[in-house]
Amino acid sequence: MSLTLMKGSEAIAEAAIRAGARFFFGYPITPQTEIPEYMSARMPEVGGCFLQAESEVAAINMVYGAAGTGARVITSSSSPGVSLKQEGISYCAGAQLPCVILNVMRGGPGLGNIQASQGDYFQGVKGGGNGDYHLLTYAPSSVQEAIDIMMFAFDKAEKYRMPVLFLADGIIAQMMEPVEMPEMVDFKVDPEKKPWACTGWKPGDDPEKRGVINSIYIDTESLTVHNAKLQAVYAEARKNEQMWECYKTEDAEIVVTAFGTVARIVKTVVDQMRAEGHKVGLFRPISVWPFPYDALAETCCAPQVKAVLDVEVNEGQMLEDVKLAIEGRKPVQFFGHLGSQFPTTAEIKEKILEMKEGK
Amino acid sequence: MAVVFEKTKLLTDKPFHYCPGCNHGIIHRLVAESVDELIQEGKLEEGNVIAVAPVGCSVFAYDYFNMDAYEAAHGRAPAVATGAKRSKPDTLVFTYQGDGDLASIGTAEVVHAAHRGEKICTIFVNNAIYGMTGGQMAPTTLVGQKTTTSPKGRDEAWCGAPIKMSEMLAEVPGSYYIERCAVNNNANILKTKKAIKKAFQYQLDGKGFCLIEVLSTCPTNWGLSPVEAMKWLEENMIPYYPLGVKKDKGAE
Ligand SMILES: Cc1ncc(C[n+]2csc(CCOP(=O)(O)OP(=O)(O)O)c2C)c(N)n1
Ligand code: SF4
Ligand SMILES: [Mg+2]
Repeated sequence: MSLTLMKGSEAIAEAAIRAGARFFFGYPITPQTEIPEYMSARMPEVGGCFLQAESEVAAINMVYGAAGTGARVITSSSSPGVSLKQEGISYCAGAQLPCVILNVMRGGPGLGNIQASQGDYFQGVKGGGNGDYHLLTYAPSSVQEAIDIMMFAFDKAEKYRMPVLFLADGIIAQMMEPVEMPEMVDFKVDPEKKPWACTGWKPGDDPEKRGVINSIYIDTESLTVHNAKLQAVYAEARKNEQMWECYKTEDAEIVVTAFGTVARIVKTVVDQMRAEGHKVGLFRPISVWPFPYDALAETCCAPQVKAVLDVEVNEGQMLEDVKLAIEGRKPVQFFGHLGSQFPTTAEIKEKILEMKEGK
Repeated sequence: MAVVFEKTKLLTDKPFHYCPGCNHGIIHRLVAESVDELIQEGKLEEGNVIAVAPVGCSVFAYDYFNMDAYEAAHGRAPAVATGAKRSKPDTLVFTYQGDGDLASIGTAEVVHAAHRGEKICTIFVNNAIYGMTGGQMAPTTLVGQKTTTSPKGRDEAWCGAPIKMSEMLAEVPGSYYIERCAVNNNANILKTKKAIKKAFQYQLDGKGFCLIEVLSTCPTNWGLSPVEAMKWLEENMIPYYPLGVKKDKGAE
């Protein structure tokens, strides 16, 4: 195994290319601008296309256009830019277009700030755009994990015909870590595998195979049928695609729930407190949609668990899913920061000690 | 019996849903026939064409054009076409857009497609109104023209003068060929088809962004009969939106 020291944003961009992405459309915004910068140099080397769009609105619609031809397409942005993409994301979901969207989250609302944040959890997993849809949404907590997820993201997007969203915080994009970069996959558009795509249909061909990339179903019956089809796909994804990590939870009396970079801070807290004899563990959702409700419930509602603490860099967004999973069976507390400030190990530890004292 | 006329195969058999007297149907046919002729003439490989429909009365154009097609979000067709064209550079890619779609909500997308010299064609159907949503004011609505959101007639002091997209886009350095046409009589119908075909040919030759604006009627929302509507177009729209070539880099 050979490890290379890479900046998160560049590693994620390179992984996308290795996973077969040959189209990138985006618009600069901190803290993810290194991704389009990297792509602008790297895409031409692999015969791919980097295009700086006039806006995030245009970028996601370019994604819609290129993905409709069956190509592997990626776009990346940060919170305010991802807000602009929501119209197009909803259209991609409605038209069942596989693609990958990166949100390197920064502080909000509005222009907020440019520091890392987790404030777009709701936007990512509870909608964002209009209509009944979901995105396969992953929250990596290390650069390596972001790479590893990227290597299967397009396969999943194509399997379910739905967009994949990365909810990464600015820290993942900005930090440097030693990583193992996988080999380049050999991806080519196969019209047989993508009969829905625009790959050169002509009059006389099977009418069912005409590429029609569309999200309008004007009468109530056909929209009902279409939505039922989408929901069946989501049910399948819920069944197969939940990912999570349990860290030292077997005998934990306090289970901390956290995602992304915050979970790494919590891991340190778990180790420190374990060394001092406290039975603390971490439950970390890796897929935040589908959310691992059952696994979380099983871990957090085990008989020895006294309480659950959810830690996020927002006002408690994933907290709602944690509570939905626990259904009142255990007390749940929250510790969070607003304004993009990441919690320190000392702060989290103090909170856990308070909880142990019954506060 | 000898066949003297056949409907082009580049249109499906789906009946148009357009109102009587609406020009959308004529324009669809000209577009489809132009593609067909380029294929017949051996200039375009069969199957190498993609249509991008807008949001507007022609939202179902993807079901009328018998080819690979997209239905884009309102105003975003040029961005969608950009993505498709970049992925399939040998394919003829065109957008078909109304004036609300192109001249209002989608101005950024069309201006930047032109600015990048995107090798796509846009068929811009200007009927000076929002047809689909029931006749609201568009940026192209004429001064004094009554619509459901300008019940006393468009007031220039309040909401400006109608925008001339073709002239504006001709000023964008990246655009290649821009012409304004109408389908109000046989001669103009033929001219429109010639312009559309020329734009498509330019794209096949790898030239930049081309746009054909077609002045069009909306009898339903103008509150006129089809015949009156055509007359209104001739007396009011053509004087304000002069027909003709606004830019043709190929002819320079
Ligand atoms: C984002 C968004 N805003 C508004 C609408 C509603 N809408 C549908 S069509 C339309 C106007 C279309 O007018 P135009 O482009 O002139 O086409 P026409 O119907 O006249 O051919 C509007 C405002 C929409 N579908 N999406
Ligand atoms: S409402 Fe106007 S633009 Fe729409 S189909 Fe009817 S006549 Fe044509
Ligand atoms: Mg109109």
